[in-house]
Amino acid sequence: MALLDVEDLSVTFRQRGKRTVRAVDGVSFSVDAGEVVGLVGESGCGKSVTSLALMGLLPRQPGIAVEGRADFDGTDLLRVDRRTMRDIRGRDVAMIFQDPLSSLNPVIPIGRQVTEVLARHRGLSGDAARKEAAELLDRVGIPDPNRRLKEYPHQLSGGMRQRALIAIAVACRPRLLIADEPTTALDVTIQAQILELLKDLVRDSGTALVMITHDLGVVAGMCDTVNVLYAGRVVETARRKPLFAEPRHPYTVGLLGSIPRLDAGRGERLSPIRGSVRDVLPWADGCAFAPRCDRQVDACLGQPPQLALTHTDRTYRCVNPVPPAGSPAPASPTAAEPAAEGIVPAQATAAEDAPAAVEDAPAPAEDAPAPVAERATPPAPREEESA
Amino acid sequence: MVGPMTITERARKKAEKLDRLGELSAARDEERGVSLWQEAFRRLRRNPAAIVGTVVLGLFLLVAIVGPFFVPYAPTDTIGIREGLVKSGQGIIPGPSGDHWFGFDHQGRDEFSRLVVGARQTLLVGVVSTLIGLAIGALVGGVAGAAAGLGGRWGRWIDTALMRVVDMMLALPSLLLAVSIAALLGASLTTVMIAVGVVSVPVFARLLRGSMIAQANSDYVLAATSLGVRRSKIAIGHVLPNSLAPVIVQATLTLATAIIEAAALSFLGLGNPDTAIPEWGVMLADAQPYLGIRPALAIYPAVAIIITALGFTLLGEAMREALDPKLRK
Amino acid sequence: MFRFIVRRLLQLIPALFGLSILLFIWLHRLPGGPETAILGERGTPEMRAAIRENLGLDEPILVQYGRFMQRMFRLDLGTSIATKREVTTEFLQRFPGTVELAATAMIIAILVGIPLGYLAARRRGRLLDHVSVAGSLIGVCIPVFFLAYVLKAIFAENLHLFPASGRQDPTIEATRITNFFVLDGLMTREWDAAADALWHLVLPGLALASIPLAIIVRITRASVLEVLGEDFVRTAEAKGLTERVVRQRHVLRNAMLPVATTIGLLTGGLLSGAVLTETVFAFSGIGAFIADSISQRDYPVLMGFIMIIAVVFVLVNLLVDLSYSLIDPRVRVR
Repeated sequence: MALLDVEDLSVTFRQRGKRTVRAVDGVSFSVDAGEVVGLVGESGCGKSVTSLALMGLLPRQPGIAVEGRADFDGTDLLRVDRRTMRDIRGRDVAMIFQDPLSSLNPVIPIGRQVTEVLARHRGLSGDAARKEAAELLDRVGIPDPNRRLKEYPHQLSGGMRQRALIAIAVACRPRLLIADEPTTALDVTIQAQILELLKDLVRDSGTALVMITHDLGVVAGMCDTVNVLYAGRVVETARRKPLFAEPRHPYTVGLLGSIPRLDAGRGERLSPIRGSVRDVLPWADGCAFAPRCDRQVDACLGQPPQLALTHTDRTYRCVNPVPPAGSPAPASPTAAEPAAEGIVPAQATAAEDAPAAVEDAPAPAEDAPAPVAERATPPAPREEESA
Repeated sequence: MVGPMTITERARKKAEKLDRLGELSAARDEERGVSLWQEAFRRLRRNPAAIVGTVVLGLFLLVAIVGPFFVPYAPTDTIGIREGLVKSGQGIIPGPSGDHWFGFDHQGRDEFSRLVVGARQTLLVGVVSTLIGLAIGALVGGVAGAAAGLGGRWGRWIDTALMRVVDMMLALPSLLLAVSIAALLGASLTTVMIAVGVVSVPVFARLLRGSMIAQANSDYVLAATSLGVRRSKIAIGHVLPNSLAPVIVQATLTLATAIIEAAALSFLGLGNPDTAIPEWGVMLADAQPYLGIRPALAIYPAVAIIITALGFTLLGEAMREALDPKLRK
Repeated sequence: MFRFIVRRLLQLIPALFGLSILLFIWLHRLPGGPETAILGERGTPEMRAAIRENLGLDEPILVQYGRFMQRMFRLDLGTSIATKREVTTEFLQRFPGTVELAATAMIIAILVGIPLGYLAARRRGRLLDHVSVAGSLIGVCIPVFFLAYVLKAIFAENLHLFPASGRQDPTIEATRITNFFVLDGLMTREWDAAADALWHLVLPGLALASIPLAIIVRITRASVLEVLGEDFVRTAEAKGLTERVVRQRHVLRNAMLPVATTIGLLTGGLLSGAVLTETVFAFSGIGAFIADSISQRDYPVLMGFIMIIAVVFVLVNLLVDLSYSLIDPRVRVR
């Protein structure tokens, strides 16, 4: 059984005079012990809200509703009472935040910020706590830990601060660690160090890690399983390798296509996803990604697309998915879409997929992708730069 | 049979889809194309405190501007003494009646008429003294801010000199400063306005300077400098307009304190000695000896002052909130 | 730290020097002079000239200023023209009253304002929050002297709960040491004298506290709200710390930073308010004395008092800055 099983998690923000926002809209995923799971998506896709909901850190206000289940080793993290949650937080489930400077208390020495979690959950105090804190700092690679314990956050460099935050998070050897964009605020060279550190810690301790990021590079380097989020829903789930090799959801394809690559040919252009995260349809009205999607067909609107499960242990939420590598080469290099940027999905176009979808347009579209997925025909010259 | 249905169905859906996409992009344009001030105004309109403040101030302005034309009695007319109704010496000051809604003051004048006419004087004192403080303070602060932010070494020197003067003004308790100025110039309405205005100079100066220095350090100034825009033009054309928001907010709040401070000066006997022209602060001060006989004479102008000051404060605070970049999303 | 203090004190010297010149010139150009105050309108020109000569006011202003500075270096502030007593004596007798009053007001404002502001922030949007926000808005809009009169009328003259005027009941025989009446009472173990002095402080203290209280409530509330939204509070929560620890160690301590600055800035306003409050409650502090001295053109008193007040004001702000560096390690005092 999985260590953490999130089922149908929804977070709704209601504010007077404003539109109700479903920041997280039926997210499900699971994390095994020792596994590294990525939650990937653009800012505003609900990944941070997901993590805060799991930690019970969303403000308890009447306007914020959390629904669904998050089974952590037999405890539903979303239903547990506040006191028990305080016992779980920091001890069994810990979190690393994005901005290490603002996430550390500026007026308290680092040492105190480490020892207070030791005191809370492991009953350590005085010299024992200080000794353990120094060891923790040493473990996360902070040189001269005894001196650092007395220093304040502003006296540390960005990388050191993030290491201190990680030390706080792993102080009680939690079974689940949630890292919310742990490297985004750091310099590139430091990013790599921090990722290595996290990898080592996870490997040594068997802690499961939920890695929240918008950076596919981080995903490629760390995650075993990847969940791609869009507008509060998981749109594609796959093991790391298959995901990078043959993304099926147009959004995943778009994310991959937006990364500049060194081995791209001269004159080849990046294929950004057009529009911005604001062009989102409410899921109730169809696929939220439809307004930005190049593979949009009529069936995309009206009803939210169901999750499609393929035989290769991957799921995606699309009525008109990108055919896997090895699907037929485009009969006609499409002129239908005037998207001049040479958007990746355009290579396998509406030309042949659209009719299939149109046939059962009014019907729920669950089985629409199936025929596409099954279709295995001569290998197509799949462009490397898109993967 | 199914075919045509499906076609119309599909056409309808398509139309709906277009509508929806249209709405989405329209909403976006609306969000995009608003300036700081428009956005602030929109937020003001939604803030109940701002609405209350505006209504209060609207009433106050209405009374101050047109009220004096409609008062039942002249504010200087000692009608109560003439008719033998008021004998302050014997402690007889009649209260409200059908003819005199708020009764008489100690000199037998109609209290209601004096309150209404007093609104105009109070408005005058508040606005003029705030403008005095704003003008001098903005000049000092603007020069210091521009000098400190853009002026190089000489600029820093000018800034330091100006700020030392301002600090000295701040070092004196404000009322002491006002009292001394009032004593220097002799008691009169002009004195009150100057004294109250000068007291607010350091606040405006420091505020504008701080705001301008913050702006001068921002990236767009760097960009303008690198494009070769002249410094004076950057200071006046870019930095100053972007630094004004806190000053305008402060001016609104100062209007409230100015009215209160003017009242305090009157209370200390440094207000307008010509009590024939009613002003709320003077009326409040004049009522002190008669508190035991008719406390209402103090309560009317005091409540009027409090409500007006509250109106300015509410509006000022709401403006501060509306303009706060931290609160904007 | 030590160097910081020394440097700030050294900076004080030129500022005081400048202030003294400005004050001196300005005061001596006030129309009318002490001779008018002494003689009224009746005095003949000869009598006026005699008084001016007697006071040394006939000499050029530079010479007068030079003499003033000479005395200053000997810490001699001269003699009051009106009371014929040494300015230093007058000051030491009256200033403690004002300090007691201002301190009482500040203590009330802090002890009530910080908890109230904190609770308002924690219960944001609830009744307590609305009441304290409205109260703090109204608080700054009530003229201090009017509030003083209202309190006096209700609690002293009608309910007779508190004395209406003065610093101490004159029938109490109290020993004077420092002229801080409460302190004197405690030092000499004359408990009834101390209690009575405290009793006299309640109403004027409350009246004077109104504006600082309103401002402290508002700043505390805003500051706590801001800190509650900070990332490090979320980190503290994520550690599973108890609510009490999160509140005290992480929220309150950080929220106090702007409050400390505000308290320092309020000191000057407190002195202004004290002048008004002292007048209403016939409380013998420096307020009424300064007002009288202005109308009587009592130059030595005005010069001396204002200079000392400026020094006190600067010292208070120095203390505030120092305390600030104690709460916030990011503020390095250099």
